[in-house]
Amino acid sequence: MSSITGKLTPKGINVAKVFGTLRRWPIIPVAVVLFLMIIAIFAPLVAPHHPLEAKFEKRNVPPVWTEEGTSEYLMGGDHIGRDILSRIIFGTRISLMVAATVLAAGAFVGTALGVTAGYFGGIVDEILMRLVDFTYAVPFILVALVAAVIWEPSLQLVIILLAIFTWPPFARQVRVETLQLKAMDYVAMARVSGASSLRIAFKHILPGIVPTVMVMASLQVGALVITESVLSFLGVGIPAPDPSWGSMVAQGRNYVATAWWIAFFPGVAIFLIVFSMNFLGDWLRDTLDPKLRQL
Amino acid sequence: METTGDRSRETVVGTVDERVVLEVEGLRTHFVTRWGLVKAVDGVSFQLHAGETLGLVGESGCGKSVTALSIMRLVPSPPGQIVGGRVLMEGNDILQADEHEMTQLRGSKIAMILQDPMTALNPVFNITDQASEALRIHKGLSGKDLKEQVIAMLRRVRIPAPEIRIRDYPHQLSGGMRQRVVGAIGISCDPLVLIADEPTTSLDATIQAQYLRLLKDLQQQTGTALVFITHDFGIVAKMCDRVAVMYAGRIVEQGDVRQIFDSPSHPYTEALINSVPKLEEKIDRLYAIEGQPPTLWDLPGGCSFAPRCPYVNDRCHEEYPSLLTVGDRHVAACWLREG
Amino acid sequence: MRRLIALRLGAFVVVMLAITILVFTLSRMTGDPRYLYMSQYTRITTEEWEAQGRAMGLDKPLVVQYLLWLGNAMKGDFGESVHYRINALDLIRQYLPATLKLSGISFGIAVLVGVPLGVLSAVKRGSLWDYFGRSFALLGQSVPPFWIAIVLVWVFGVELGLLPTSRQGDWSHYVLPVAVLGWLPAAGLLRLTRSSMLEVLDSEYVKFARAKGVGPMKIIWKHALKNALLAPLTFAAILLASFLTGTVVIETVFAWPGIGRLAVQAALNTDFPLITGLSLVFAIIFLMCSLAADVAYGLIDPRIRYR
Repeated sequence: MSSITGKLTPKGINVAKVFGTLRRWPIIPVAVVLFLMIIAIFAPLVAPHHPLEAKFEKRNVPPVWTEEGTSEYLMGGDHIGRDILSRIIFGTRISLMVAATVLAAGAFVGTALGVTAGYFGGIVDEILMRLVDFTYAVPFILVALVAAVIWEPSLQLVIILLAIFTWPPFARQVRVETLQLKAMDYVAMARVSGASSLRIAFKHILPGIVPTVMVMASLQVGALVITESVLSFLGVGIPAPDPSWGSMVAQGRNYVATAWWIAFFPGVAIFLIVFSMNFLGDWLRDTLDPKLRQL
Repeated sequence: METTGDRSRETVVGTVDERVVLEVEGLRTHFVTRWGLVKAVDGVSFQLHAGETLGLVGESGCGKSVTALSIMRLVPSPPGQIVGGRVLMEGNDILQADEHEMTQLRGSKIAMILQDPMTALNPVFNITDQASEALRIHKGLSGKDLKEQVIAMLRRVRIPAPEIRIRDYPHQLSGGMRQRVVGAIGISCDPLVLIADEPTTSLDATIQAQYLRLLKDLQQQTGTALVFITHDFGIVAKMCDRVAVMYAGRIVEQGDVRQIFDSPSHPYTEALINSVPKLEEKIDRLYAIEGQPPTLWDLPGGCSFAPRCPYVNDRCHEEYPSLLTVGDRHVAACWLREG
Repeated sequence: MRRLIALRLGAFVVVMLAITILVFTLSRMTGDPRYLYMSQYTRITTEEWEAQGRAMGLDKPLVVQYLLWLGNAMKGDFGESVHYRINALDLIRQYLPATLKLSGISFGIAVLVGVPLGVLSAVKRGSLWDYFGRSFALLGQSVPPFWIAIVLVWVFGVELGLLPTSRQGDWSHYVLPVAVLGWLPAAGLLRLTRSSMLEVLDSEYVKFARAKGVGPMKIIWKHALKNALLAPLTFAAILLASFLTGTVVIETVFAWPGIGRLAVQAALNTDFPLITGLSLVFAIIFLMCSLAADVAYGLIDPRIRYR
C-alpha cells in the first residue's frame, strides 16, 4: 500500500536502489572499458618500459609498495626481469585486438550468411544450417588442441580458430530474425514495388538486425577474451614472449609461492575487462530488447 | 421460469434471487509504469447476485481484466497493486484475507477462466493432471474417484470420448476443445462466482456460439454467478442479465441489459451499441468511435470520455461526473443526465 | 520419442564420421606420417623408408587409407603415442576415470547450485538473494578459471595450508578443483534458469493455475520449473563445450591425472596418434551428453514427443 503513496525513504543505503542506479547507468564498466581501450591504443606512450626488455637484476622483484620493491617496476618484475605493468599494458593491446578482430570477422560473416540463409531459404539455408550445427557439435578446445599440433601456435591461428567458432551463433540468430522480418508487411510492400532482393536485404532487413548483432557482439567479447587467455595459458595460444595475459599467468604459476605478483596482476586485468564487458553486454541487452534475455 | 419470447436474446427473468454473492466497493488498482502512474481500476463498484450473469464491457485497456485480476488478487505485484476498496464475499472482505486464505478461496469459491486456451493450459502436463488439480486441492479427491470425476467433468462440457482424451496433452486438442477444458476446470468445484475473461475472443466465430450456449447451460445447472468480460456488446445481449460499461478504469454505466439497450444513458454506451452492426440494417460504413482510447497515465481532468464525446460541454472538462440514477437499478456517469 | 532418438543417433553417426574425416585429413596435412616415428637424425635407407611406407599402407589410395585408419580407430587402435611410447588407447583408458570422476561431480554440483539459485533469484526478484545470485553468475563468467584456480591454490594451499593443491587423493583433493570447475556451468545454469523462470512465472498458465487455487510452492516447483528447465537444455551443447574447456584447464592447473591434461600434453608434444585418439574420445563423450540432453528435452516437452 505504501510505495504509491510516497513513503519517505529511510536513512541509510537502500541496497536495491544503489544496484538499481548502477544497473541503469553503467558508469563504472564504461569507464573501465574506455580506460583500457585508451591504454591499448597508446600503449607505447603509457607503458614505462618495453615489454620485452629484461633486466637481470630485476628478476622477481616485488611490487613497489613492498619492502624490496622499486618504483621502476610498479607491479614488480617477472622471472626474467621484465616489468609486469608494461607487459600488462601491452597485453591489453593483444587482448582487445584479438577480440575486436574476431568479432568483426565473426559478426560480419555470420550476419551475411544468416541474412542470406534466412532470406533466400532453400538449399542454401539447409547447407548453412548443417554447417552451423556441425560447429556446435564439435567442442572448441578439441579443435584448438589439434590445430596446435598441426600448425605452430601463433596470433593468426588464434584469431582464425576463434573466428570459426564465433560466426555460427551470429548466423543462427540473424537467420531467425531475418525470417521474422521477411514476413513483415513492409518487406512485402518493398517487393511489390519492385525492389530487388539485395536492396530489400540491405535497406529493410539489415537495420532490423543491427541491434541484435550489437547485443550479441557485446556479450561475446568477454567470452572471447577468456578463451584467448585460456589458450595462451595452456601454451597453444599466443606464444611467448608476447605479453598475452594468459601466458603471463602461466609463467607466473611456478612462482606463486615466492613471486605471486607475476601470476596475479595479469589475471586481475583479464577479470576487469571481461567483467566490464559482460556487465555492459547485459545492460545493452536489457535496454535494447529484454526479449533477448536468452542470449 | 419465464423466458422472453424474443429469440434473439434469451434472458432469464425472475429467477435471479436477490442474494448478493459478490460485492465490489470502490476498487482501485494502480500500476507504476515507466511512463507514470496508471490508474487501471479507479473506483469500480458493483453487486453480483446468485445465478446472475453480469457483463463487464469496454474497449481494450479500460480495466475490465485488471478488475477481474484484482478480485482474484492475481494482479502482478511489482508493477501493480490494489490500493483501495473492498471485495465482499459471504460477508468477508477478501482483499484483507491473507494469501493462504485467498489460495483456498481461489478455484473453490471464486474461479476464473482465461481468454486464450492455448496459453492457459500448461503445455507439459496432460489434461487429467490439469483438470483434476482443483478437485484434488479443494475436494481432496484422489485415485479412482478423481479419475471418474474428471471424466464426468469433460463429459459435462461435451468433449467426445473423454476416457481417451484424458491422457492427451493440450497441443493435441483443437482450440474449441481446449476452451471447453478450461471452462470445465473453472466450474469443477462449483464456485459461487465464475469470472470469464473474454472466453470466446480467441475462438472461431462458428464455435463461439456453441461455447456461449455451453456456458449458459452450465451456469443454469450449477447456479453459479457469472461475471462475463467482453468487448463485444453483441455477446452481452445474448448472455447477460445486467451489464456494467467500463471506460478508463471506471464504470460509466450500469443496469439491466434490457434497459441499457432500450435507453443507453452514457454516450460511450450508445457508441458501443451502435458499433454492433445489426443484420437487418443496410450500412455503408461500420460505426467507429471517434478518437483514440485514452492514455491511462495521462488522463484529462474531468470526464475521461470528454475528448471523444459527441455531446461534450464545458462542465465535462471540469469535473468528473458522479454516477447518477437514470432508471430502476440503472446508473450512468454523465452530466447530461443530471436533473 | 523413439523417432527422436533414432534421428539424433543418426546425426551423431554423421557428425562422428565428419570428425574422423576431418581429423584424418588434418593428420595427413602435417606431412608424411613416417616422420612422426623418427627424429631428424635417424638415418634410414630408401628401402627401409619404402618398406615402412608399405607397412603403414601409404602406397594405397587416400580413401582406402582413410578406411583402414577408420577401421583401426573403431577397434580402438590409434597407434602408439609418440611421446609416451605406449598404445594410445591404453593411455587414454588409464586417465579417463579421473576425468569422469572430477567432471561428473563438478557438473552435478553445478546443477545442484545453479538451478535452485536461479529459481530463487527469479522468485525473489529484486531481493538480496537475486543480487547475490546474479553477482555469483556474473563473476563466474568473468573470472578466468585458470587464474582463480591458481589464486585459490595459493590462498588455501600454500598460505593457509588447508587443502591439497594437486593430484587425486581423498575428498579434500576434490574441493578446490570442483569449486572452480563447477563455477562456470553453475553460472550459466543460474542465468538460464532465472530468465526462463521469470518468463514462465509471467505466463498465462501459471496465472490460471493460481486461479485454481494452487499454492505457491507447487506453482514454482511443479508448474513453473518443468517449463523453465527447457531453456537450459536447449543450451546444453554450449554449456557442455565450455565445460569441456574448463576440464582441460582445471586438470592442468591441479595436475589432475585425467584426459584433459593428457590432451594438453599431447598438443604440446605434437603427439599426433594420442591427440587423434583423444579427439575421438572427447567427441564421443560430448555427443553422447548432447544426445542425453535432447532426450531429456523430449521427455519434458510432450510437443516434441507427440507431433
